[in-house]
Amino acid sequence: MSGLVLHIAVAPALPLHAAGKYVAGAYIVFVAILLIYVGIMATRLGRMERELDELRRDVLARRGDADDNPAGESDREHETVA
Amino acid sequence: MRDGRGGGGDGRGPGTWRTVVTVLRKDLLLELRGLDTLPAMILFSIVTFVIFHFGLNQETIAGQEAAGVLTVTLLFASMLGINRLFVAEREQGGFDGFLLAPVDRSALLIAKATALFLFLVVLEVIAVPAFALLLLGPSLGPPLPGLLAMLALGDVAFAVIGTLVSAIAVQTRARDLIGPIVGLPLLLPALIALARGIGPLLAAHGSGTPPGKWVAILALYDVVFALLSYAVFDFLLED
Amino acid sequence: MTTYGRGLRGLSLLTVLTITVAFVLVFFYAPLDANQGFIQKIFYLHVPLAITALCGFVFGGLLAVMYLRTGERKWDIRSYVAIHMALIFGVGTLLTGTIWAKASWGHWWVWSDPTLTSFLIVMLLFATYQPLRFSIEDPERQSRYASVFAVVAGAFVPLNFLAVRLAQPYVHPRVLTLTGGNLPGPMRLTFVVAWLGIALLYVTLWKYEMAAKSTRMQVRALRRALLGEDAVAPLKRSAAPS
Repeated sequence: MSGLVLHIAVAPALPLHAAGKYVAGAYIVFVAILLIYVGIMATRLGRMERELDELRRDVLARRGDADDNPAGESDREHETVA
Repeated sequence: MRDGRGGGGDGRGPGTWRTVVTVLRKDLLLELRGLDTLPAMILFSIVTFVIFHFGLNQETIAGQEAAGVLTVTLLFASMLGINRLFVAEREQGGFDGFLLAPVDRSALLIAKATALFLFLVVLEVIAVPAFALLLLGPSLGPPLPGLLAMLALGDVAFAVIGTLVSAIAVQTRARDLIGPIVGLPLLLPALIALARGIGPLLAAHGSGTPPGKWVAILALYDVVFALLSYAVFDFLLED
Repeated sequence: MTTYGRGLRGLSLLTVLTITVAFVLVFFYAPLDANQGFIQKIFYLHVPLAITALCGFVFGGLLAVMYLRTGERKWDIRSYVAIHMALIFGVGTLLTGTIWAKASWGHWWVWSDPTLTSFLIVMLLFATYQPLRFSIEDPERQSRYASVFAVVAGAFVPLNFLAVRLAQPYVHPRVLTLTGGNLPGPMRLTFVVAWLGIALLYVTLWKYEMAAKSTRMQVRALRRALLGEDAVAPLKRSAAPS
């Protein structure tokens, strides 16, 4: 019986409502890190799209010198959306 | 505890042993003639003891505290030593010469590590008595054999990691910085084992033998990292 | 060239599902711990992060071994990404660990917890990985030296944990660690699901990162092939293998 009492006496250092704050903090940190990473990936994706765009333009510019057909517009019409 | 390094009879052939001895002699001769690294390490250690005296503001220290001071000082002194280990090879083309010669490349590792080990031994011959004189409360006599055994094991750890890290650092731009920042965390388990092993020895009524647990860990660390360094060293020398 | 994007969507969905289930279990199923109460819930986040980060470091070491054996660049990139991800998970471990320590002990840092201390040491070591790469300019040498480092550091992880665990004083209760042996059934299930979720997250993010790097490299290669060497702008100085 006294063991049980002792057990209860060794309670968490903080009352429950304050403890919730820390638990929430820990999980929020986790989600925040995840979201930051997703954000960085989004930026990277944007940069890659720009690079591909540039590449396409440059290739067309080089090919366009030798060939009069601006391939860009008709290409887009041949592609399906999905 | 200088086992597994350069033993002529383990089937690697006489070439390795001779190479090791040659490179080792060269390094030791260079140090004897130049005398820059070793005196600096010794002076640094003694000054550090003085600094600790003022920092801790105590007449004498004993037990775990003393073990900590001694171990940390030796660790930092060995960091000083590693920065200079491969400098000559790097700046005077010694690496290329070594690579062209038909020798086992790991011999360079063994030779350098042995040189560093010997430097540390000489350092301790002077620094440990200095430590006993300046800072240590209890007498050094009774625990001396155990202390020397632990220090020897610790020197192997410092020498192996120091050589490995120095070989990596010498090829980078931030040469002097990379060595310590990579080497110190790597050496932490060895430091823990060494300091905790010596602690009981330096206590006021301490035992003469270090706790078996820490001897075992330090020895394990030495074996694992000696083998690992031997395995990867080749890749550092390729060009 | 391997396509890392294959199966990525399915994997991501699985990861999100597992983590969601884990969170539900943590807050609605797992019983309250007798000693620590609500604070113990952090355990389900902190320990999986820790284990995954450590496995990530060892994984990075193994990938580095493959690079040293084959000399193929792709292994070095994989190793770099593995270590990079593990570092991020390690930061998460340290942050959740200090929050747990503050909630349990009132201090932001406790030396008495072996996991946290070992972690600090491992992070200090791997924090030098990128400065090391950054300071070697020759790409092939950079890969080689980084791989040597990754192998040695990967081997270091278990040894470090052994040493630190043994260095803890016996009398001090290990409040922050509930090892698998003492976990009652519902807690164990929750822990396993949480661990699975975090592990899946690591793999998913690794694949994402590899896909991004691989795509970037291919765009550059295409550019080089179509337009010539001088059309490709040199990458800014970076620690990452390019």
